[in-house]
Amino acid sequence: MLELKAVTKRFGDKTAVDSASFEVDKPKMIGIIGRSGAGKSTLLRILNRLSDASDGQILYDGTDITALKGAQRRAWQSRCAMIFQQFNLVPRMDVVSNVLHGTLNRRSTLATMFNLYPRDDIHKAIEILDRLGIAEQAPKRAEALSGGQQQRVAIARALMQDPSIILADEPIASLDPMNAQIVMDALRRIHEEDGRMVIANLHTLDTARRYCDRVIGMRDGRIVFDGLPDQLTTGAARDIYGAGADFSEAATSTAIETLDRTQRGVVPA
Amino acid sequence: MTDAALSGRTRTEVDRIQDSYMAQVRRRRMYGGLTLAIFVLLMVSGFVVADGRNAGGFWDGWRQMLDFPADVLSEAWEKRANLPGLLVRYFPALIETINIAAASTLIGAIFGLVLSLLSTRGLARWPRLIPLFRRFMDILRAVPEIVIALVLIFILGGGPVPAMIAIALHTAGALGKLYSEVAENADLKPVEGLASTGATWSQRMWLGVLPQVAPNFLSYTLLRFEINIRASAILGFVGAGGIGFELRNAMAWGPGRFDEAAAIFLLLFGTIVFFDQISSRYRNKLTEGT
Repeated sequence: MLELKAVTKRFGDKTAVDSASFEVDKPKMIGIIGRSGAGKSTLLRILNRLSDASDGQILYDGTDITALKGAQRRAWQSRCAMIFQQFNLVPRMDVVSNVLHGTLNRRSTLATMFNLYPRDDIHKAIEILDRLGIAEQAPKRAEALSGGQQQRVAIARALMQDPSIILADEPIASLDPMNAQIVMDALRRIHEEDGRMVIANLHTLDTARRYCDRVIGMRDGRIVFDGLPDQLTTGAARDIYGAGADFSEAATSTAIETLDRTQRGVVPA
Repeated sequence: MTDAALSGRTRTEVDRIQDSYMAQVRRRRMYGGLTLAIFVLLMVSGFVVADGRNAGGFWDGWRQMLDFPADVLSEAWEKRANLPGLLVRYFPALIETINIAAASTLIGAIFGLVLSLLSTRGLARWPRLIPLFRRFMDILRAVPEIVIALVLIFILGGGPVPAMIAIALHTAGALGKLYSEVAENADLKPVEGLASTGATWSQRMWLGVLPQVAPNFLSYTLLRFEINIRASAILGFVGAGGIGFELRNAMAWGPGRFDEAAAIFLLLFGTIVFFDQISSRYRNKLTEGT
């Protein structure tokens, strides 16, 4: 279904993604983990064609995604929705308009300039918002909503695209634990009920273990782990994050030492 | 679609939200349509009025619009051998024009800086006088620099100084307005910190505000410098010297000296491109913070 063949992205002499390859044969919920700068976001942006790969191929149902141009590329982007860490909504427009932006690929510029969305689309947008539990926010401006609500508006925009794949770039990194759970539950439900593939960059291991069918670990641009959540042991996680065995203990002891020193030392006047 | 079926809410409530939102959309579309209609009406009526008052009429004249440039170009092409010599001959006049622009930008920027700080809410030395300084800047901007220049040339006689003063006055008003909008967004915490140490108003401005806004101020000043080069070239037309004066002479003579006009156009174009490149490079450097 989806196949990445040695996808590589270079910025100058730095390699952000280093020949990443994996294959997905049916819609799954996939989590990508790794520390910041490991190339997770770059990989998702290449999948959505927000940025171009320097090398390699991405095949979806036999079509080479990386070679698409112009209108075809935009058509792919509409089939491959993206959700961002900072929500990336238009803050001054109302919630429904933001959701309707999911239909932009099908509409002409002139029609969108004059806000001429079909009645059916508007109704569908509100139904999607209702599905995510925020229908009553419909007429409000996006900036008036809380972070968790805004992220759900972003998910609604993605659903409005009726995509086969939903890419989520750190969808819960800016949210408190309560909202994070609501958003992750929503993504999981979309995956299970609609059968859409979800690929999410995550920065917490327990989220990846709890919600995903498959976990891919990246380190310095390379894929270093690809397996089931159960295979993601502490040892495997240490490898992905490049942390030593004594990492947490060392941090704690340093903190206590510093505390001791300040207590003993003379505070300058 | 499965989207609707999963909601815990009753169907009627969603219907209500949909209906009220649709009403909102219809209202918004009506406003949009009205605005568009008014815009089209104004454009059409304005065009008809302007065309009626034109001596020649737009419809008869627009075909000849390219005749003059074509004349200049063809004559300049015939005498293209003269061009290098003419470029050298008019170079000093160009320097004079740039000089006027540079001096007036500098003086205008200094006055604009003071005026802007005096008219920014939260920073002003005398908050009650903000409207006064604002109106003063409005006046500086409202009077066209060519009018000031003409008056000053009448008093002081022709030459670069009246042009410099005229442009500087306009620059002070324009930059003051732009600066003050930047300064409005400055963070007031450093200013408060300095005030707590007993600093005077000028010290607070110099040390607390300027470091924050300097990149933006400089970028606006460079933009203004570009505009002032054009302005000082235009003022040459009314006798302020510089390359504009030469350009008027070359063009007023009509055919016969169009090669000179072309040389001057080339010089002006080159200068604008040159300073545009330099200032955009510096502005990028400043905004990116290097």
